[in-house]
Formats: sequence, C-alpha cells, structure tokens
Amino acid sequence: MTSAAMTLRSSPPTGLRGFARSLRVVAIKELVDALSSRWFLVNAAVFGLLAVGLSFVSLAGAGVSGLSGFGRTAAGMLNIVLLVVPLMALTAGAATVAGERERGMLVYMLAQPVSRAEVLLGKYLGAAAALVGSLCLGFGASAILMAWRGGTDGIQPFVAFFFFTVLLALSMLAVGVLISVLARRSGVAVGIAVFVWLTLTLLTDLGLMAGTLAFRLRVEELFSLAVANPLQACKMAAMQQMHASLDILGPAGLYAMQTHGEHLRVILLAVLAGWIVVPLAASLAVFSRRSPL
Amino acid sequence: MQGGKKGSLHVMISVSHLRKRFGRIRAVDGVSFEVGTGEAVALWGANGAGKTTIIRCVLGVVRFDGRISVGGHDVLRRGKSARHLLGYVPQELAFHDEMRAGAAIRLVASLRATPLADAMTALERVGLEGCAGRRVRELSGGMKQRLALALALLADPPAILLDEPTSNLDRSGRDDVVRMLVELKRAGKTVLFASHRPEEVAALADRVLVLERGRIVDNRSPDRLGAAGPSFRTMRLRVPHAQNDAAATALRAEGLPVENNGHGLCVNVAHGAKAGPIRILVGAGIDVDDFELLPLSDAHDQEILP
Repeated sequence: MTSAAMTLRSSPPTGLRGFARSLRVVAIKELVDALSSRWFLVNAAVFGLLAVGLSFVSLAGAGVSGLSGFGRTAAGMLNIVLLVVPLMALTAGAATVAGERERGMLVYMLAQPVSRAEVLLGKYLGAAAALVGSLCLGFGASAILMAWRGGTDGIQPFVAFFFFTVLLALSMLAVGVLISVLARRSGVAVGIAVFVWLTLTLLTDLGLMAGTLAFRLRVEELFSLAVANPLQACKMAAMQQMHASLDILGPAGLYAMQTHGEHLRVILLAVLAGWIVVPLAASLAVFSRRSPL
Repeated sequence: MQGGKKGSLHVMISVSHLRKRFGRIRAVDGVSFEVGTGEAVALWGANGAGKTTIIRCVLGVVRFDGRISVGGHDVLRRGKSARHLLGYVPQELAFHDEMRAGAAIRLVASLRATPLADAMTALERVGLEGCAGRRVRELSGGMKQRLALALALLADPPAILLDEPTSNLDRSGRDDVVRMLVELKRAGKTVLFASHRPEEVAALADRVLVLERGRIVDNRSPDRLGAAGPSFRTMRLRVPHAQNDAAATALRAEGLPVENNGHGLCVNVAHGAKAGPIRILVGAGIDVDDFELLPLSDAHDQEILP
C-alpha cells in the first residue's frame, strides 16, 4: 500500500523554529512547576536568608579584616554555596522526569507533537531558570545590601563567584536530571540525589585524604582527583578570584597555581562545563531509548 | 487529504507486524491492521490483551518492532508529524491536581501551536465553559475526561486515540463521553479506541479487533461482539501483605503479568486454567488468603504489565 504524507491545515513550525518553540513551552511549564514546589521554595528561601545574613555579619566586621564587605561576604558564602546549592540543584533535577513518569504525565507529554529531546532539554532549561532565578535573588539581595552600606569595592570577585556558582548549579542540575531519567520512582531519584550530594560534599574529601595517606598520591594526582569534583572546581575558581592565590588550599593549590598559572581558570571552567554537558548528553541518550512507563 | 486506500477508504492508521515485549512478556505479538479515514475501530480484549500497548505504540511513545504510520508519517522516524494528526485521551488525565484546567489547555495549545482563543472554545465544545479557573482536583471524573477530550481536540486533529476513556466513570459520565465520541465520529474523525465495555463498542465502533495475549484473534462487526467476548478474565488474589512482593515475583517468573494495586494482585487467567496462579503461589510457599474473578465491567483501568 502506498500512503502519501498528510498534514494539517495549520501545521506548527518545523525545524529549528519548531524545536525552539517546543523547548520554550516545556521550559515554561517546568519553571512554573519548580516555582510551585515547596521543597524548592524552602531551599531558595534558606539560601537567600543565609546570603543576606552573611552580608550583615560581613558589614559588622568591615574594617577588622583586610577584606572589603564583598570579599568577606563571598568568602563566607562559599561554604554555604558548596553545601546548599548542590542540594537544591540535585533535588530539583531529580524531580524533573521521575515524578512525571510515575504519575503518567510523561506519557501524556510524549503523546503530544514534541520530540524526546525537546521534552528533556525543555525540562532542564525550565529547572535551570528557576534555579538561577533563586541564586540571583540570594546574591542580588546580598549585593544590594553591601553596595548600599559599604560601597562597591571588591564587587568584581563577587560577580565572578556568582558566575561560578551558576555553573556549579547547572552542573549539579544536569546530574540530577540524569538521576531522574535513570530512576523509576521519584522517591528513589531524590534518595540517590541526596546520596550523590553527600558523596560530593563530604565523602569525596574524606576519600581523597584517605587515598593520599594510603596510596601516597603525588601532588599532581591529588590535584587531578580533587578538581574532578565540581564542588572543588567551583571552590578553587572562586578562591582564585577572591585571593588571586590558592596557597590556602595547601600543596594541591600551590601546585595548581605554579603548574597551570593563568590556564587554571580555563581548566576549572572546562571541568564545570564538562559536568553540565556530559550528564546532559547521557540523560538525552538514556531518555531517547528508555520507555516512559 | 492524501493517503493510501483501504477498500473505498483512505488509510489513516497503518500498523504492520507490530511486536512489543516488556522483559519476558510479549505484550503485542505480530499485530497488523489498518484504520480508514473516518472509521471507528475498537480494540477489544481483557486486561493484558495488549490494547493500551498498541495505542502507545501508535503514538510512538514506546519503542517497538514493526512499522506504524499515521497519515503516511512513520511514527518512529517522523513522530512529531504523526502526533500532530492524533489527539489522545488517556484512561485518566495525569495533570497535577493543583493545575488549573485553563493552564492545561494553554500548555497543550502551545505545544500544538493552536491560538488560545480556539483553545478556549474547545472547553465550550465539551460543556466545560467557565471551568478554566478550576483546579484539576476540583473536577469530577466525567469532567476530567471531558477536559481530556477537549485537549485531544485542540488542534482539530483528524484522528483520535482513546485508551478506555470511560473506565473511571459512572454511568452518566460514560453516557456523556460516548455521546460526544459518536458526534466526533459523525463529524468524520478517525477513532481508534480501547475498550472492554460492550455498550461503548456497540455505540461507537464500525469494526472490532478482538485481542488475546497480544494477538488479533478476530476482526468483526460490533453486533457480533456479545456472543464472543474475551476468553480471559482478571483474577484478584489476596496474600499476606509481607508476601506481596514475593508473590508478584513468583507469578512473573511463570510468565504471568501482575498488577499490584494495593487491593491485591491482579492477573489474567484463561478460561479452564483459573487455578494456575493459585497453584504457582502455593508451590512457592505463599499463602493465598482470598481470590475473586472481576467482572469485565469492573476490571482494572490499566493493562497488566510487568
């Protein structure tokens, strides 16, 4: 039997325009879903409050240390960022696909004229917009407070720190989306996301310390292993911006500065970009083959 | 409108040598059929016969072996184009309970590039005017299915796929939905629907494909349906709660799809072999507290898949 292709009278845009359109629609839906998630809102509020609180503390101590208000705040925020932002991003990512699969919504979405790549990338972009928006609020409120009370001296490293934080958030979100694509249930996805968070924030450092002692790792090996962790990459990049030196990080920091010099920033950016691209590509590969049931 | 011809009809949906497995279970096993433009075809069979799987394959949301085309578009290679021609009504609308009907309409309208004004008239067409501001959880089962129908009709697609659209509805809700579907059929829509309700099939279908264990065993007119019916029934087994998972594993190991829905384990049993699942469980050292055969009209809403 032969069958010529049929089209509707008002066919929607195809090609790149159609792709961009579907991406935008799915992203907006995901953004609205994220903003109505209590878990996400609580995380964002906690981060915002901590950022503003730290700004007050930094302003109170201004003049005591050699750092400006922005520098002190950024230094103080670094630990919060490394703790809170990965948790926010991983759990937000873990909620993107698994929950909708469980509810049957994923099948319904895929039954519409959209491709799987459009659905997954749209979900990532929507969740990323929500995440970056909440970071903008936290950093923005802090920056306004500092500029109002203490001037804009030292704002450049603070802005760079915000940029690296966004990269960290996007990379952890990509890992969360991969977890969500792989897990069959949303509860399992969130559980794995929390485990990954614990591993990256605590266990990796402990493992590195133990590995250094047990295997007598050389300093370049220690640096390579440390920098493979996106949290460490973000930390090094931020600290380099704040102090222009990584001697505070010990031998690995000194090695990094002496060996890579000006290229270190590029290496750290590449590591963070890799943590966005690789998990996202893996998610796409799995999502395009896996049953949405 | 273009398309291949089936008798005097243009072919809207063509399914050829369709096979689909879920692990060890063959959900669909070599199914071929065509649906002509303006024709209404029912997929009839017990739970687990393969009805829902076939519909999901036609939509291209699950991978399969074989070939399916909609309006001449291969659903795996040109899935978006094929799905533009299809409206889909699931067994139950899966939108988040807090989502408003209007937001659901806007989402699907955006995906289908339909003007919002047209989209809102779709609500009127199914008698849901004034309901755009209501949350999904505030809608009754019948209203949800009418909303699902409105969403399926948004871009005025030439074909509608319905997966047991009345399975969750009471008598009055069922009658409403069936009446709307009959009007759609009269308006020239192609309809492919899964059902195990004889009255629904009789009211809507031009042709009935009888499915058993993933195969088409008959292709008949709906007025000949009453005498036959599927040769499988759904059995609900109750075992001690702690043994639920072990029981499901034991049944699946013997190739029986199982659904654990919180009220018991549901399996499909063939006439003349109803003791099979009980024998398997007893053999695995699992106590069977109770069992019952569900009447066809009360059978579960989802197909039993592994």
